[in-house]
Parts: sequence; structure tokens; C-alpha cells
Amino acid sequence: MSIKTATPRPPTRVQHTLKPISRRRLIVDQIARWLILAACVLALIPLAWVLFTVVTRGIDLVLSVEWWTQSQRNIGPRDYGGGAAAAIQGSLIQVGIAALISIPIGVLGGIYLVEYKEKKLVKPLSFMVDILTGIPSIVSGLFIYALLITTLGANRMGFAVSLALTLLMIPVVVRGTEEMLRIVPNELREASYALGVPRYLTILKVVIPTSISGIITAIMLGIARIMGETAPLLILVGYTSSFNANPFSGEQAALPLMINVERGNPLPPGQDRAWAAALTLILIVMALNLGARLISRYSGTKK
Amino acid sequence: MTAFYPPDTKPSQKSRSTGRGGDRAVAFLTSSAGIAIIVTVVLVGVFLLWQAIPSVMADQVSFLFSREWDVSDTDDLRFGILDLLYTTVLSSVFAMALAVPVAIGIALYITQYAPLKLAKPVAYVVDLLAAVPSIIFGLWGIIVLAPVIQPVATFLNSTLGWFPLFGDGIKSPGTVFTAGVVLAIMILPIITAISREVVDQTPLLNKEAALALGATKWEAIKMVVLPFGKPGIISASMLGLGRALGETIAVMIILSKPAPNADFNPSLFAGGETFASKIANNAAEFDSPEKTGAYIAAGLVLFILTFVVNAIARWVINRRKEYSE
Repeated sequence: MSIKTATPRPPTRVQHTLKPISRRRLIVDQIARWLILAACVLALIPLAWVLFTVVTRGIDLVLSVEWWTQSQRNIGPRDYGGGAAAAIQGSLIQVGIAALISIPIGVLGGIYLVEYKEKKLVKPLSFMVDILTGIPSIVSGLFIYALLITTLGANRMGFAVSLALTLLMIPVVVRGTEEMLRIVPNELREASYALGVPRYLTILKVVIPTSISGIITAIMLGIARIMGETAPLLILVGYTSSFNANPFSGEQAALPLMINVERGNPLPPGQDRAWAAALTLILIVMALNLGARLISRYSGTKK
Repeated sequence: MTAFYPPDTKPSQKSRSTGRGGDRAVAFLTSSAGIAIIVTVVLVGVFLLWQAIPSVMADQVSFLFSREWDVSDTDDLRFGILDLLYTTVLSSVFAMALAVPVAIGIALYITQYAPLKLAKPVAYVVDLLAAVPSIIFGLWGIIVLAPVIQPVATFLNSTLGWFPLFGDGIKSPGTVFTAGVVLAIMILPIITAISREVVDQTPLLNKEAALALGATKWEAIKMVVLPFGKPGIISASMLGLGRALGETIAVMIILSKPAPNADFNPSLFAGGETFASKIANNAAEFDSPEKTGAYIAAGLVLFILTFVVNAIARWVINRRKEYSE
């Protein structure tokens, strides 16, 4: 190209080569936008609908004091009255024991995965936690049944439920702890090591305090997950309408079981109790979820 | 060096070993928790196998290919999983087919379209769906939702009835169709959460390059965001499928049990039983090892099925990680 021939073209010509976006492409773009928005609305419908149904059908019973203080003992299928206190108590006991076992194992397992990366067991452990995450709740129930009841000859009891729930809660806690420890900056650990602090004190005094709120969030989400589990309960414990605070013997009520039993009663009192128990369960689970989110939002660890 | 230590912690052999003792204790505790988890998972497999094998050996019909299920006579066990497998896979795949497009839409909305102020609440509300216990979805599904979606089922049946999947089914609303819709709602949050995370990692520069070349927003998504997120979305869908396969109580409440010895009906509008609902429905029957073994065998197949599906999901996403990092 010589300088002579490089006469600048009139700018108007350049503009002509850029055509406006064709109408078809604009229409497709708009359709995609609306479809995507519609997907969001579509997802919100079931949540709102479920909550609306449960609240409107269950609120009457849940608002009574009786509901929170009494059991269904001696209440016939045609009668109103009594409450869900026995079921709430049973659920809290079973979930409480499960939490007591899963929290230490889960948190320690999570620490192991992050703080002892060089160990040989990290890879197999991570793989096993993946399997545990995907294990259907009915299979965990069957396993405990095969172990505790067929093999060791124990009876069906609340404690068996706790063990099955433990299997479901551990992976949530391990993964949550792991994720929280991973976002602790390595500089913190290195600074601690540079000061001559041994590894275990670095973990206990630096890493864990930094991530404690995230770990608590993971624990609460784990508890929320197992609170509503029903499948293992069907296999591992019988339902009773009375109070039973002993997880090691006899039948024990629980909220999911109560819903399952009362839904089988076609009369209005049964249906109302099923919905009220459902509302109670949702309230507890949602409270745990909201609590977990508030803790993670208003405290130390930030993503 | 000694001058730096307070007098009571002189760097003697003893004080050094204290640190090591603590190190050993914490290392021991954490690794034993790890070992406990590994051993438990192995035990799950071993125990299920151990309890299932005698019953499967005593099975008078083919375990994998029979449609019969009669374990009332422990000397003449007749059980096969063919029907269970079909209903389980049909309901879960149907649920996945319904949930995945919606989940992709939500993920795209949250990451690409929503104003910042709206993105977080939408994500949170979808996550809340996961917090609703499955028994409540089951109750709501059969009592409230089923009558509402019944006309859709009737319409599909009357227009596409020549296709076996939409053939004539049962009168009651407890169909695979209803169960699939409810399962779709239940697996929506898990698919959305993972897809969202992956789609969000699309390099901004690639997207801006597409826009700068004159692509419309949708074209940029189609050409840049979706190809980038594809492995993640596939993996998320598989994890959702895994959840649907193992879901018990909602399916058990919704599905009507077919009459014993009923003919095989491939339709979405038929009733049926999945592995999980079969086991849960008969939990009261676990009175002899032989009977229990039959159900445990079904549980074992379910365990393997979900394991394979989840393994594929992890394989797909891990393969991508290797490339992108």
C-alpha cells in the first residue's frame, strides 16, 4: 500500500457496512428473555402454593396452646383435641442424638480433609463422603435395620432412627466444614506457623475460630435436612400417640410419622392434624434454615 | 535462642514434645473421624450385600427380569425388580426432563438477567424449596396438586394416547405423572444451585467479546455461557436424577399401588411402585430374614443405581475442572 492510494473513504460508507440487528434476532432475544423470566416465576409458584396450603389448613390447631403441650393419647380418630407435643419431643430426641454423633465426626472429618491434605486417606475419604451424600434415606434406614435389628437382634427404637439420620447428616456437616475451612486464607496459617505455633494449636486457635460461624451454619443446615426425613422412621421405629422420652425402648412418635399416620385418617380431625403437624415441621425446619443464614450473614467468615 | 522463652517453658525436650503430643492427638482424632466415615460407607455396602445374597439365592424367579413380587411364603420366594426399576427410572427421568429446563432458566436469570438486588432473593427462595420436607410435598402433591394437573394428563392422553408413554392409565390421580411433577419440584433447587454456580464462572471477557461483536444478549448466552456451563449443568442434572431415584416418602404417598398380577403398563398415567416406595410400603412386613432380605436386595439395587448416577455426575464435572484450572 502506497501513501498515494490511501485516500480515506467517506465515513458514511463505513457505517453502511454495519447493519442493525435483524428483527428476527431481536425477537428471538426477547422470547428468550421472557422464557427465562417465566422459568423463575414457574419455580416460585409451587413454593408459595405449598406454604399457602400448609398454613391455611394447619394454622388453627397450631395456634392453640394444647397443640404444643399435649399428646394424642386417648384421642380417637373422630375427636379433636390433644396436640403434637409427643411427636415434637420424639423428633427433638431423635434428631438431637443424631446431631450429637454427627457434629464431632463431621467437623473432625472436614478438618481432616482440609488441614491434613497430605495424608493418604484424604482421597478415599472425600470419595466416601460423596457416596454418603448421594445415599437415599431409605437405604440408610435399611442399613441400620440390617445392622442393628437383624444382625444384633435389637428392637425397633428411636435410637436406631438417630443412627440412620446420622448417616444422612454427616456428609452435610463434612462438606460444609470443608468449604468453610478452605476459604480461611493460607496466610493466616502461615503467620501462625511462623510464630512457632504447632499445627494443632493453629487449627484450634486460628483456623476454627475464623470459620466457626460457617461451621455452625453447616451444622444447622444438616439438622434441618434430617428433621423432615421420614423414610428411615418408617422402617426403624413404631409410632405411638403417647409421650416416650426413652429412645432406647418402645415406640416413639415423631412429627413426620405423625403426618404419615394422621393422613391415613380420612375424617376431618385426622386431616387437620396432618396439616397442622406439617406446618409445625415446616416452622421448625424454616427456623433452622433462617437461623443458619442469619449466622452466616452477620458474623465472621465471609465468602 | 533460649532467651525468648518464658522461664517455665524452657525449650527442653519435654516442652517440645508437648506440642507434638497435641499434634498427635488432633491428627489422631481427625483421622479416626475420617476412618469412621470410610468404614461406615464400606459397612453399608457389605451389610446390604450380606443380607441380600441369601434371599436372592433362594429366589425362585429371576431377580433382575421378573415382574413378580411375592415374598409371603418364605420357602417359595418369588421376587423380581423389573417393574420397580421401570417405575423408578421413568418417574425420575420424567422429573429430570421437567426440572432441567426450568433450572437452567432460573440459573440464567439469576446470573445474567436479574438486577443485583433481585438476584439474591430469587436464589434464596429457590433454595427454600429444598427446605420443605419431602413428606409435605407428597401430601400437597396428592391432595392439592394432583386434581389441578389432572386435565393436563387427560389432554395428553387423549391427543397422544397412541404413544405407549401416554397410553391409558388409571382413574386415580396417583400416577407416575403426578409423582414426576412433584419430584421435579423437589429436585429443582439442587439442579438450580449447581447450574447457577457453574454458569456464574463464565469468564466475563468471553461474554463481553461476544456482545462487542454484536451478539444479542441471548446469542451471547447461547454461544458463550451455555457451552461453558454445559458440563456443570449435565452434572447438576445427574445429581438431581440421583435424588429423584432415591426419593421415598413423597412417591410412596402419591403413587397408587397396582393390583397384584396386573399387566405391565408403560404409561405415565399408570400407578406403580419404585424401589424406595416398595420398601417403605412394606416396612411393617420385615418379620423374617428371608423377607427382609428381598427388600434389602431391592435397596441394594437402588444404592448401586444412585451411586452410578452420582459417579457419572462427579466424573463429568471433575473432567471439566482439569481442563479449566
